[in-house]
Amino acid sequence: MSGLFAGFYSILAWIGSIVDPFCGPVGVFRWLASGTLLACGDAGWGDEIAYGFVVTASLAIATLPVGLLIGFFVALGKQSEERTVRLASNIYTTIFRGLPELLTLFIVYYGLQILVQQLLASFGYDGPVEINAFFAGMIALGVVFSAYCSEVLLSAFKAIPHGQYEAGAALGLHRGRTMRLIIVPQLVRIALPGLGNLWMALLKDTALVSVVGLPDILRQTGIAARVTKQAFEFFGMACILFLVLAMVSSIIFSNLERWTKRAEMGR
Amino acid sequence: MSFVETMIPPQAPPPAPPKAYTLARFVGSVTLGIWLALGVGIFLTVVNGWDPAKFAKYGPSFLSGLGVTLMLVACSVVLGAILSLPIALGRMSKNKIWSWLAYAYVYFFRGTPLIAQLFLIYYGLGSFRPQLESVGLWWFFREAWNCALFTFTLNTAAYQAEILRGSIESVPRGQREGAAALGLPERVAFYKIILPQAMIVALRPYGNEIILMIKGSAIVAIVTVFDLMGETRRAFSRTFDYQMYVWAAILYLLMVELLRNIWAWLENRLTRHLKR
Repeated sequence: MSGLFAGFYSILAWIGSIVDPFCGPVGVFRWLASGTLLACGDAGWGDEIAYGFVVTASLAIATLPVGLLIGFFVALGKQSEERTVRLASNIYTTIFRGLPELLTLFIVYYGLQILVQQLLASFGYDGPVEINAFFAGMIALGVVFSAYCSEVLLSAFKAIPHGQYEAGAALGLHRGRTMRLIIVPQLVRIALPGLGNLWMALLKDTALVSVVGLPDILRQTGIAARVTKQAFEFFGMACILFLVLAMVSSIIFSNLERWTKRAEMGR
Repeated sequence: MSFVETMIPPQAPPPAPPKAYTLARFVGSVTLGIWLALGVGIFLTVVNGWDPAKFAKYGPSFLSGLGVTLMLVACSVVLGAILSLPIALGRMSKNKIWSWLAYAYVYFFRGTPLIAQLFLIYYGLGSFRPQLESVGLWWFFREAWNCALFTFTLNTAAYQAEILRGSIESVPRGQREGAAALGLPERVAFYKIILPQAMIVALRPYGNEIILMIKGSAIVAIVTVFDLMGETRRAFSRTFDYQMYVWAAILYLLMVELLRNIWAWLENRLTRHLKR
């Protein structure tokens, strides 16, 4: 079984190395930067920076579902009829929208470390505990994202007329199916521009996780800058890579928006 | 023939049916309970770990850090507002070159993380030291605080330019035409008719931008500026006391909530003529 997985993984890695836009056979760095500081392999920093690019993108992509899911339920909580639920969700957004992302990250990173350490100490283990920076970043950014996301989703919920829920009830759908079949498709259409902005903010916030040691774009270029003493070039490279990410995601989002609007009449 | 001689005496309404214990109520109690437990837990750790010596040692440095944060945000927002004027004008200008340049500026500063921009300027300009020395600007870029102020100003100028442009373009065309029909010169029309209406639209985004700057300013701690976050990190690295982060969190939350409430009051006050 594990052999199957290993084979599958190696095939994936092989495909990845073929289509790698940086150091693959048709990669940018391999063609344009061989012989310079950005060359691939041991000669330059191309492959390290490419790895950082992958880490940044995968952190943002891994955070997105976490943030969306929490944000959806917090938005539901904010329009609940129960006062306690509303209060609890409002406290959540107030706290996580008010704290700086960096501070949230530190609180999660060190806080989790202390918590896990105390937990393990109560079981009789007191070795050093190291929390994965990727995991801590995912939690911290996901929490911040969900706080903003709940506001976007809340205003989208308010834009859906009450008649839609009543129509669902009249058709005999129970609440979960009304939500899934009637409300959420419209919600996505209304909330997508706001969610696009939040995704851009998330993409930029991932740079903060480099501070707790995640080898993302900024950390890898920072190491390269320190070693080669060419800080301007490497940090400029980091900015360009973030711009590339922003451009790619804006293209994806405008296509998505077109896709969700295909049912509407052309005006 | 019979008729009613007495009215039925008034009776109390039937008792309200007992409220069903729904799932929402259960979830609400549990989540509120979690928040309460967290609040009490934090309070207890603060009370238990209260150390007057620590407070006397780090309290003043927290205050000075708070001052540095506020100073940095205030300076960069004001300078950014000034710098945003030509950028917004460029964005709206019909000249292709100006509008393209302004667009590129805004796209760069909005598309890259603030922390990457800060590194680019703080570490990156260090490699141009001879050139900067010959121009006589090295004394400015040598200080981390100046670099942070410079970066934040450039960054917030890009955001504020977009706010300004959006709000000016949100004023309906009819307002401009009405002013022209009244024979007002373009300048007077802009300052007396377009700008006041635009500023009301821009008020909320400006507030959000200031809040974003307060939150974003925490990253200057990484380039050795001792703002609130920097003082917190220093205190934490000396004491390994997790409370320090709690204190910083409370101070940041206080700042943001205070600003948010002031802004809500301000908006309420300034738009009272629009309410029906």
